[in-house]
Amino acid sequence: MPETVTSPLIKSGTEEEMRSLEAGLDSLQSESVERRGFDFSRVLLPLAAFIVVLLAWQFYVSLGLRRRDLVPGPLDVLGSLGALWQNGTAQEAVWTSLQRGIMGFTISIVVATPIGLLLSQVKLLRRAFGPLISGLQVLPSVAWVPAAIIWFGLTDATVYFVMFMGAIPSIINGLIAGVDQIPPQYRRVGQILGASRWEMAVNVVLPAALPGYVGGLKQGWAFSWRSLMAAEIIAMGGSLGFGLGSLLEQGRQLSDMGIVMSAILIILFVGIAVELLIFAPVEKRLLRGRGLLAGSTR
Amino acid sequence: MTELLIADATTDTPSTREAGGANRAPAVVLENLGKRFGDGAPVLDNVNATVGQGEFVALLGASGCGKSTLLNIISGLDVPSAGALEVPEDGAAFMFQDSALFPWLSARGNVELALKLRGVGRAERRIRAAELLELVNLSHSVAKRPHELSGGMRQRVALARALAQDKPLLLMDEPFAALDAITRDLLHNELERVWKETGRTIIFVTHNVREAVRLGQRVLLLSSRPGKVVAQWNVSDEHRTDAGAAGELTADITARLRQEIRKHA
Repeated sequence: MPETVTSPLIKSGTEEEMRSLEAGLDSLQSESVERRGFDFSRVLLPLAAFIVVLLAWQFYVSLGLRRRDLVPGPLDVLGSLGALWQNGTAQEAVWTSLQRGIMGFTISIVVATPIGLLLSQVKLLRRAFGPLISGLQVLPSVAWVPAAIIWFGLTDATVYFVMFMGAIPSIINGLIAGVDQIPPQYRRVGQILGASRWEMAVNVVLPAALPGYVGGLKQGWAFSWRSLMAAEIIAMGGSLGFGLGSLLEQGRQLSDMGIVMSAILIILFVGIAVELLIFAPVEKRLLRGRGLLAGSTR
Repeated sequence: MTELLIADATTDTPSTREAGGANRAPAVVLENLGKRFGDGAPVLDNVNATVGQGEFVALLGASGCGKSTLLNIISGLDVPSAGALEVPEDGAAFMFQDSALFPWLSARGNVELALKLRGVGRAERRIRAAELLELVNLSHSVAKRPHELSGGMRQRVALARALAQDKPLLLMDEPFAALDAITRDLLHNELERVWKETGRTIIFVTHNVREAVRLGQRVLLLSSRPGKVVAQWNVSDEHRTDAGAAGELTADITARLRQEIRKHA
């Protein structure tokens, strides 16, 4: 038999040599992650894109293909937005809707999180209720508006009910997906380290599922904001406050395209603001902390 | 005094009886251990071995010899389907090929979590974690997350975490297999030093003969499909410092390992 054994490993080098060799390797092999300051292209690029859209809009309107009261230009809309701001309607609508949105979303989180954890951990419950939750997530929550009006009348309860039906299933599903995607190795390590069921949930499962959970929350917010607008458009009057959806519906009744477009733009901007000011920083922090940001376009 | 329970291993290794684990109190005893999953062929069959307290045993075998299954059984993650085993009451610490650190915790956080789950108080956790990371020469990187560390550094954090469990028995499943040669040499020194300083019993699984000879006081050869201890060698300090002696033993073990693998041709 040919001897092809490579040279054996033997001990070499003193303790001190090894220590400095190791320190050298450590600094060579571990990259120091530099943190840059604020990147202005994050503000300037979206702003530029916005201006481009505005210009295209203005250009289309100035061609004069449609009646100006049906298709108002950016300046017309800005005018009616200014008027709404001046008489306080805009602020009132934003405040009412935002308050409801935050309230409804918070309650949805509180309700959905334990349910999601329970479903992700207990097979029987998951099998039984999983399809139902997914179905509810697909079902447009506007479909609940007529039922809610019959049950609760024109009260805030109607609006909240519709929001819950939109947000809760999507937060539950987000959390379940996050838990499903935990590498099995993590649980094994938890087991090796002697974690009890509760310790495993708190110290391993929840932190590991956090990115998926935040994704679910983001989606849950989108669902609750949309549901809120739908409910506000359909259900007006009664003891209901005056929200952004109500403003939009009022614009339609008055056939005032300026108000309609203003309401749509405000709704859009609230959505953008929540994404940029709340979810984007949280998600970014989360991903960077786990080394998942390298090479992404965020 | 415990007799070594090696079924067919005695013929080609006459020197096995003197040193090594035979004259210490046993930490792990495996008797006629067998494991099969479902109705499949047995993964482990009639495994007999004794590991003494404070001993460093290298478990050598080709792919499919059930090394990982054996470690899982010793650690209590899995149960044998036949035979008996005696392991330390409070279980074993475990180190994987992949460091399996939690990416949302810093190096210190990972070590501290092991201490926390063991019931160590907050203030003491800090101190112990710092000591353990100092032991593996990582004091300069305690606050870094796993993704900011090199593969070798991650394995050292994993070693510190395994030591934080404070179990007398440490199981290592090819922990250095994915590292580059320079780093591996370094970690061999490091592991040997840590072993001497902490007096742990270590069972080190590898498919690398040179690594087994470099580290183990005793090398056990596991056959493949089904896994079974078929031979063992004692490794003296001479084998670690003298290239000639080490080369001879390495060649010897390699030949036997190849012979085992050829049986499946």
